[in-house]
Amino acid sequence: MEHKASPLNKKFWTPGVLVMLVFMIAGAIAIIARFTGGIGYVTNLSNARPWGLWVGVDVATGVALAAGGFTTAALAHIFGRHYYEPVTRPALLTAALGYTFVVLGLLIDIGRSWAIWKPMFYWNTNSVLFEVAVCVAIYLHVLYIEFIPIVAEQFKGRVNLPGILTVFNPLIEMILKIGDAVLNKTMWIFIILGVVLSCMHQSSLGSLMLIAPTKIHPLWYTPILPLLFLTSAFAVGYPMVVFETTIITSSLKLDSEMNILAPLTRITIFLLGIYMFLKLGDMFVRGTYIYLLDGTSQTNSFIIEMLFGIMVPWIMLLFEKVRNSRKGVFTAASLIIFGVALNRINVFIVGYKSPLSDNGYFPAPGEIFVTLGLIATLMFIYRIIVTYLPVLQAPKEVSP
Amino acid sequence: MQFSRRTFFKFMGVAGASVAALPSSARAWKSKAPPDSYGCLVDLTRCVGCRKCEEACSEVNKLPAPERADCQCTIFDRKRRPDDKAYTVVNRYFTGKLDQFDKPLPTYAKVQCMHCQDPSCVSACLAGALTKDETGAVKYDVSRCIGCRYCMVACPFEIPAYEYHNPITPKVMKCTFCYDRISKQGGLPGCATICPTEALTFGKRKTILKVAKKRLKENPGKYIDHVYGEKEVGGTSWLYISSVPFEKVNLPVLPNKPLPKLSETIQHSLFSYLWSPLALFGVLGAVMYKSNKVQEVPKNKGGA
Repeated sequence: MEHKASPLNKKFWTPGVLVMLVFMIAGAIAIIARFTGGIGYVTNLSNARPWGLWVGVDVATGVALAAGGFTTAALAHIFGRHYYEPVTRPALLTAALGYTFVVLGLLIDIGRSWAIWKPMFYWNTNSVLFEVAVCVAIYLHVLYIEFIPIVAEQFKGRVNLPGILTVFNPLIEMILKIGDAVLNKTMWIFIILGVVLSCMHQSSLGSLMLIAPTKIHPLWYTPILPLLFLTSAFAVGYPMVVFETTIITSSLKLDSEMNILAPLTRITIFLLGIYMFLKLGDMFVRGTYIYLLDGTSQTNSFIIEMLFGIMVPWIMLLFEKVRNSRKGVFTAASLIIFGVALNRINVFIVGYKSPLSDNGYFPAPGEIFVTLGLIATLMFIYRIIVTYLPVLQAPKEVSP
Repeated sequence: MQFSRRTFFKFMGVAGASVAALPSSARAWKSKAPPDSYGCLVDLTRCVGCRKCEEACSEVNKLPAPERADCQCTIFDRKRRPDDKAYTVVNRYFTGKLDQFDKPLPTYAKVQCMHCQDPSCVSACLAGALTKDETGAVKYDVSRCIGCRYCMVACPFEIPAYEYHNPITPKVMKCTFCYDRISKQGGLPGCATICPTEALTFGKRKTILKVAKKRLKENPGKYIDHVYGEKEVGGTSWLYISSVPFEKVNLPVLPNKPLPKLSETIQHSLFSYLWSPLALFGVLGAVMYKSNKVQEVPKNKGGA
């Protein structure tokens, strides 16, 4: 199938974009408050609860939901299923933006933001977090490098800087040309590297909590936590692509690309099935099902995660009727995303309880504003980039 | 994307050679506890809750004076935790023990960093800001800290506290074991210098462990037959003996296994010499080479 991505040719300032702006402003105010009054001024974090919404959602969930980038790259480029190429660019953009915002979220959350470079020089290879940090840092750059050809494609041969800057036109042109040529030969290294780095840190994010066995609820604390994090990242990659593509194509009135999304969900049955099997198996092997009926909020959160985030969508996808309906596929994908996001929130927030001094935690308004603001900014930039760069499949306009 | 056969094999050759050169499995996990470290024994049966140790600690470590330093009464109504202004606090517990007039007997318990033999915080800290010293002290080097607070997540005793209201240069705050003092000949931690009832005994860990066991043996029935900290999470520098169960004075029930063991074993068996990432790179490279040879890649598509 021939596929050609192109910039969008649509009005930018829509009501949706204006709503994003409101959230961005609220987030910006909360961020200013954090950097003037301290983390304690805007959050409900305490010595018993050092990680809250920002780590659980902005970082852990953010990394998981950016898995579409490496899973589509693996499918289309490494396993040679070029049929799926039209979705690799939007997935790459989501991943690049997603990881950028993971790092921005981290910069807000860590106490000494200006010191974030220090682990590059001071290594502790015993630390799981060290490995996660190194992988995320390298992977972010790999994602940017993978994105360069898209920029080059748009501007190569057409660099036209305004005013006095025109003198630089030939220089920029040359850089683009050489860069594109070099990358054309070496891109395979970055694609594989991206997949390898993703497998490493997606799993290690799960290992992070292994050092705190007395604080994580037994329903989630298992030595196979890294394996569960990895397999759930595999499982959520394609649903993320389905989710985004459906939202973008329907809000921008583009072709729905169901011909690609339907087979992607067939692969998801297999990937989600592995995750479900491991999660259920782990529960039975360790006998943690004894907690299931104790009615605590932790247990209920686990039941919701298992039922609506894993089992219901998996069963839904077994039906061909669901797989071939746009609504059905979208609903199942949304549930899977919900399930993986809730899993990260459960492991890092709900399932976490300091036995000696915990006094409950619910994110403060300031924390929520920062998180919403970051998500809105991410969507805003996504919108700008698809407007000006060839990311989305060239529109085969459907009549409104 | 173009796939040159020659560059591919060059790259793969390097990857393959480095994998082949490695030992097949990582070494087994070993404790990194210092051989002849110091320790401190807390005898809860001797503590009368005078809170002089809190005062001495603040003075030695240049912290704000303890909250209502002279109060030995209503201050105990609330259970306090060490925080960014106090490295150690004393709490009072009524555990159901009665004196001869059937009045409830209080037990006082000092709490501070336990200075674990294999500390979770040291294993967790990504930049090595926390280290286990030869003296036994778990030291904090703020110049390496990025403020991620993973040490606080990792600590089973919930000890590291954070300066949440400092916007730019917050520090992790916790008991230092007064390592500047104890690394000098005959030096004692601030709290241990002042205790009027000799509830605190400082010395080599091996020695005070013997002292603790001797007290248990010589006073049958007085103590619970357990030295808290001897084996908990692989052992701690601070040891407790008591006449009431330890969990009743907020000393948590913990496994005897050092907590960093599991995650360090996983990390090192997977990532020693990066063998697994390199192997995965090789496998994926081979798959990619094969699948792209069969189907000719459309050129100049760019982007992954």
